[in-house]
Amino acid sequence: MSPAGGAASLNVAIAHKDHLRASGEPLRALEDLRLTLPAGQAGAVVGPSGCGKTTLLRLIAGLDRDYVGHIALPAHGRLGMVFQEPRLLPWRSVADNIAIAAPEASSPEIAALLDDLALTEHATHFPGELSLGLARRAALARALAVKPDLLLLDEPLVSLDAALARGLRDKIAALIDEKRITTLIVTHDLAEAIALADRVFLLSPRPARIVATLDIPAPRARLTKASGLALETQAREALLRSQ
Amino acid sequence: MIRVASLAALLALWQIGAVFSDPRRLPGPLAVFETILAEAASGALFSNLAITLARVAASFALAMSLGTAIGYLMGRNRLADRLLDPWLVALLNLPALVVIVLAYVWAGLTEIAAISAVALNKLPNAVVVIREGARALDPQLQEMAEAFRFPPGARMRHLVLPQLAPYLAAATRSGLSLVWKVVLVVELLGRSNGVGFEINMAFQLFDMKLLLAYALPFVALMLGVETLLVQPLERYVARWRRGVA
Repeated sequence: MSPAGGAASLNVAIAHKDHLRASGEPLRALEDLRLTLPAGQAGAVVGPSGCGKTTLLRLIAGLDRDYVGHIALPAHGRLGMVFQEPRLLPWRSVADNIAIAAPEASSPEIAALLDDLALTEHATHFPGELSLGLARRAALARALAVKPDLLLLDEPLVSLDAALARGLRDKIAALIDEKRITTLIVTHDLAEAIALADRVFLLSPRPARIVATLDIPAPRARLTKASGLALETQAREALLRSQ
Repeated sequence: MIRVASLAALLALWQIGAVFSDPRRLPGPLAVFETILAEAASGALFSNLAITLARVAASFALAMSLGTAIGYLMGRNRLADRLLDPWLVALLNLPALVVIVLAYVWAGLTEIAAISAVALNKLPNAVVVIREGARALDPQLQEMAEAFRFPPGARMRHLVLPQLAPYLAAATRSGLSLVWKVVLVVELLGRSNGVGFEINMAFQLFDMKLLLAYALPFVALMLGVETLLVQPLERYVARWRRGVA
């Protein structure tokens, strides 16, 4: 999908994407949705639930090829994906789950990742023995282990309690700053998007298109509380204007 | 403990029945045990058990490997399912005896005919069970494997086989008992050795001691295979479930 020369940025230009309803008639999920994410940056797609965010992520991941449009992945197109449900293999240990998904990763590399995500003591546990927060971290470790050119995160903080969510959010922010992997995050939570991304894409209700793009000049660790709030207000105004 | 008591009760019931009946109709446990020892001393018991066990193993392996391949194909591919389903239903409903007689008529009274006839009796059952398993594969994990570009070998080993394991175990359980029963019929109809052949001889001579002396050790043998091989394997494969609430 990516051109041979290797356009480094993620380019999405979807003319439209229809789902087939049970009754047989098509339901338009996405329409004229365009976004560009420069290499090494984190983008966040924000929209109301049911607007087609996960559909967009599935198209980018190549899990659904039934759409009209064009998607160019960053060079090589190696994907690391964290699904909303962790989707670990329940019959393999945490360490094996990572090693199976990333056969090129050496065991010291995997050990370092486990350590980084505070999973070392759970390396030999089966996913059924983990809480959701731990399983999410294991899924994140698995996605990072493949050394992805594009990291896709689907609602990474949903269903976690506030303290856990904050902890994981700070961890993801630190990883983005440290590893500089092109990252696309899908979320329904505007504050979460602003806390994690360099660039925020605001989606309309279905059929989803991008109504506004917000660039964050001082992202993540450098983001102050005041500028975060100002960005949030700015985003809400943009959403109101679009209606 | 309860199992031992239950087994003892069965033996006692057998002994009581033997006391009240003609020893030619129902010999007591002791008489049968003596015959078992006599047959064992002559070596006939072991050679017949071994040959029957070899036939069970060969036809079971054939039926399971073919049945797993066909069942997986039918479970994952709609066209294959629709094409092969009528054949499957026909084979499921074909009496074992018909398959055996046809195999002997067409291929002669040979070992190959015997083993294929048994395998053909077990095959549809394996196909049905594995097809259910293949239909129940988790689509979310399939997607995960696709996103991470799992190679086909890894997909089979880490994704498909662990999900099919309970179905394979169920097919093995029901398969072993079915196969050994059919093997005896095959031996009775067209082989000159094995437990089935000996039971036929016992029937002709009306020797119930000999009949039971061959039937019981074989049941014990299959029970041993189940407890020492099938069950530990099942526990090993399901070890990840232990932590799940």
